[in-house]
Amino acid sequence: MNFRYLIFGLVGAITANALADEILPQVELINTAISRGWTENQLRPSVPANDREFCRRLFLDMLGRIPTVEELEAYATDRKPDKKQRLVHRLLYEDEYTIDYAAQWSNRWANLLVGRQTDRRRNNPVDRPGLEKYLRDRFASNQPYDRMVHELIAAEGTNRPGAPKFNGAVNFLAGKLDEDATLATAHTAKYFLGLQVQCTQCHNHPFNSWKQDQFWQLNSFFRQTALLRRFRAGSRNVDYFELANQDFGGEDRPMDPANARIYYELRNGKLAAAFPVFVDGTKIETSGYVQDVNRRRELADLVSRSPFLSRAIVNRLWSVFLGYGFTRPIDDMGPHNPPAYPELLEALSHEFETHSFDLKQLMSWIVLSDAYGLSSRTNKHNEKDDPLLGQSPQFSHFYMRQMTAEQLYRSLLTASRADKTHGSADRQQEKQREWLRQFTIAFNNDEGDEATTFDGTITQTLMMFNGDLMRQATEGKAGNYLHQIANDSRKRPTQKIQQLCLAAVARPATAREQKAFQALYVYHGQDQLKALQDFWWALLNSNEFILNH
Amino acid sequence: MNIWPQTARPQGMHRRHFLEHLAGASALALPATAFVQSMRAQADELRKNHKSAILLWMGGGPSTIDLWDLKPGQPTGGPFRPISTSGDVQICEHLPQLAQQMHHLSVVRSMSTQEADHGRGRYFMHTGYVPNPNVEHPGYGSVIAHQLSPQRSDLEIPPFVSVGGSSVGPGFLGMTWAPFVVNANGRVRNLETKLAEDRLAQRMAALQLIETSFVKQGRGEAAMEHAKVLDKTLSLMTSSQMKAFEVDQESDAVRERYGRNNFGSGCLMARRLVEAGVPFVEVDLGGWDNHSGIFPTLQNNRLPVMDQAMSALIADLDQRQLLSDTVVLWMGEFGRTPRINGNTGRDHWARAWSVVLGGGGLKGGLSIGETNADGTRVESNPYSSQDIMATVCQALGISLDTTFTSRNGRPMKIANHGRLVSELFS
Repeated sequence: MNFRYLIFGLVGAITANALADEILPQVELINTAISRGWTENQLRPSVPANDREFCRRLFLDMLGRIPTVEELEAYATDRKPDKKQRLVHRLLYEDEYTIDYAAQWSNRWANLLVGRQTDRRRNNPVDRPGLEKYLRDRFASNQPYDRMVHELIAAEGTNRPGAPKFNGAVNFLAGKLDEDATLATAHTAKYFLGLQVQCTQCHNHPFNSWKQDQFWQLNSFFRQTALLRRFRAGSRNVDYFELANQDFGGEDRPMDPANARIYYELRNGKLAAAFPVFVDGTKIETSGYVQDVNRRRELADLVSRSPFLSRAIVNRLWSVFLGYGFTRPIDDMGPHNPPAYPELLEALSHEFETHSFDLKQLMSWIVLSDAYGLSSRTNKHNEKDDPLLGQSPQFSHFYMRQMTAEQLYRSLLTASRADKTHGSADRQQEKQREWLRQFTIAFNNDEGDEATTFDGTITQTLMMFNGDLMRQATEGKAGNYLHQIANDSRKRPTQKIQQLCLAAVARPATAREQKAFQALYVYHGQDQLKALQDFWWALLNSNEFILNH
Repeated sequence: MNIWPQTARPQGMHRRHFLEHLAGASALALPATAFVQSMRAQADELRKNHKSAILLWMGGGPSTIDLWDLKPGQPTGGPFRPISTSGDVQICEHLPQLAQQMHHLSVVRSMSTQEADHGRGRYFMHTGYVPNPNVEHPGYGSVIAHQLSPQRSDLEIPPFVSVGGSSVGPGFLGMTWAPFVVNANGRVRNLETKLAEDRLAQRMAALQLIETSFVKQGRGEAAMEHAKVLDKTLSLMTSSQMKAFEVDQESDAVRERYGRNNFGSGCLMARRLVEAGVPFVEVDLGGWDNHSGIFPTLQNNRLPVMDQAMSALIADLDQRQLLSDTVVLWMGEFGRTPRINGNTGRDHWARAWSVVLGGGGLKGGLSIGETNADGTRVESNPYSSQDIMATVCQALGISLDTTFTSRNGRPMKIANHGRLVSELFS
């Protein structure tokens, strides 16, 4: 007996117990607000999800993949009262999960900030791998959110990994500077502040209080920004792009750089002038000389201190975990679109600010709440709580949803153990991007919108039926999971089916499923591998596998 | 309608044989019949309605003042000149081939809408409803597929195909009515299975067992809808009608006539799909968001592609006697500002613009409604999205009294109480 280990274990157990009794005040805040909503709306919440259900959804939402059987069973057989807190803590802070965590969140953020980028033209100034690399580093080190946003807005440097002065953050703005940086303006407001200002480019907003002059005042912050092409030596091919700040002379003729103003057209065709003014009315110096004032850095300061910043990220993360945000859409906030649970949104935003904009803490408060831990099965008294019916969400049960394309990809790799053979993080991301390309469609307009056919349609089903990934998962080649199970001579067939069910859908096999496997086994003339392949294929194609429930 | 003999399909899967396997998948003592509802041919049911619609979607918001409603001599007019056509309407000089087909098509010049944002405009023009965070309305393709496919029991491929774009989703009608999105090259990914028929049948039976028990747990709609999508997928995998997608089966002459580009191939595929009985096809042509340098882009790039493919489509449908049963609708999310901006571009403009439609018995060769001298306002009775939708539905023989029930139980009238563009009906 290792004495030191024993002491350590004891201490661990004591702190763990203390933790279990003590609910974090932020979690309490959520529980109180949400349960008050249930009472007011006469809803009875669903029962808590069982251990395996909770474990599966937490892995999916936090790490972007389902748990392995070992991870699932370690949690299901853990008897300590603080197991939930420890699982959350492990996924967020243990080294073995850092790669998954950083990959999942950098993917989500890259999808938001620049899209899945189907555009592979040579002159596309957005280097998505460069952005992902930057984001992975930031999520891995849990950089405070306000700092990350600051870096993305103020970024200078080159866009491609390996280029001199590489700074992956520049890729956020690099593709949004055409046409006087209108897209940079609209996306900065939308993604970081939850404000939709894009319509105010041409006219005052019909539904919210944003005015056309505010759009162009915000836009003025981007006008020192220049995207420079760096050519490959001796050729006219762009090697990489550099985002830099240059003196801005303004749009007066003759130029007046000390008062560098811009002009925009009113609806009546007349011109109006604008200087940099932030959405809260804060003005900065009017000079266009970078040495006098770096406009983008000023903007980054203002955004990172804005109360809109924390409200927008709380709303966004809440919607990632709970399926719906406090507002719909989540990035259109303001008096014209009042949030559900306004006090909770304010209180959580405040907590987030006072906890150093720590994303991991914010996530842990949300996932440890009662609402996140509920079953997706409805009861008679909460089945009407369905945001698809048009009501505002009350979170009285877990809202079941399609896995994202990225989650399904990684989950298939996890289930088939194909993830062990894939190489570096960059290489893995590249393979994933390649695979995702088949599902992405760009809208080809000035907003760079895109859509995915990966939403539970026939295209997705064809991929699940016949795609390469599925073929690899079910062929039972040496090294993959099915092969391992099929050749495990210590396991009886019923145990094998049990393992497959746990691996794919995080629950034990039912008696009917065991019988079905027996029937398949007989059908195939007692060829066990064939029967296992069929059963595995069916499991991976089931609604239960492709849904996050 | 099955325009190719069953034997023409080279793939391993044969529909009738596969159906027998499914019915006999008794290894699990449960035939996988729940998945084959749409696969059981009901030959005795009459085809009541042969009609189809093709939407040519001009993503980005085309400058209709430069295409269909020119203002020569006005400061807003731009450099293009109008030319006469085979109909009683003048159009842009850079659409010479379409000009020969305009007796089949009419221009509605009095479109006036409110949505000048891409996302909102796309939604509004596809659904007839303004975006509402609490309800998701179904788009054209889903509505029409939903209405016409019950009368087409022999259709084995999806009733709503979107070529080269993602269209707008099925909203409250459910995933079953989502668009089947394909590339213009006609190659459908992952269509081929390497499985023997009996093997696939076994797997489907096992899958049904697993799915059903999950659905029975009260997990809501997403769990239930999946089975219907599986059904449609199986149907398509075993169908010889999938040949309709294979545009490369066409002769070089035909391909050249439509144009060897995505939009040309898409229009050709639309004709093949309509011929195979698909009630709704959308073909996407993007690149109309011309905030700067608009005129060379239109003249050298967008208009030649559009002119060639669209004129080929109309002529081909006509020649095959399909045009009288096929409504063709050309539109984008909005028009563009009459004022030419500082970058010689035009910005978003929804107040006064045009759409074009014809076929399906609608009168061609007309210009309907008018805008003022510089094109900034509609002078006549304005039309909007729901009016065009009502007109298309009427032409397809879909009753405008049709009412859907949205998920929250609210009745929703088809085409949102739109009124007909009466000039188009004789």
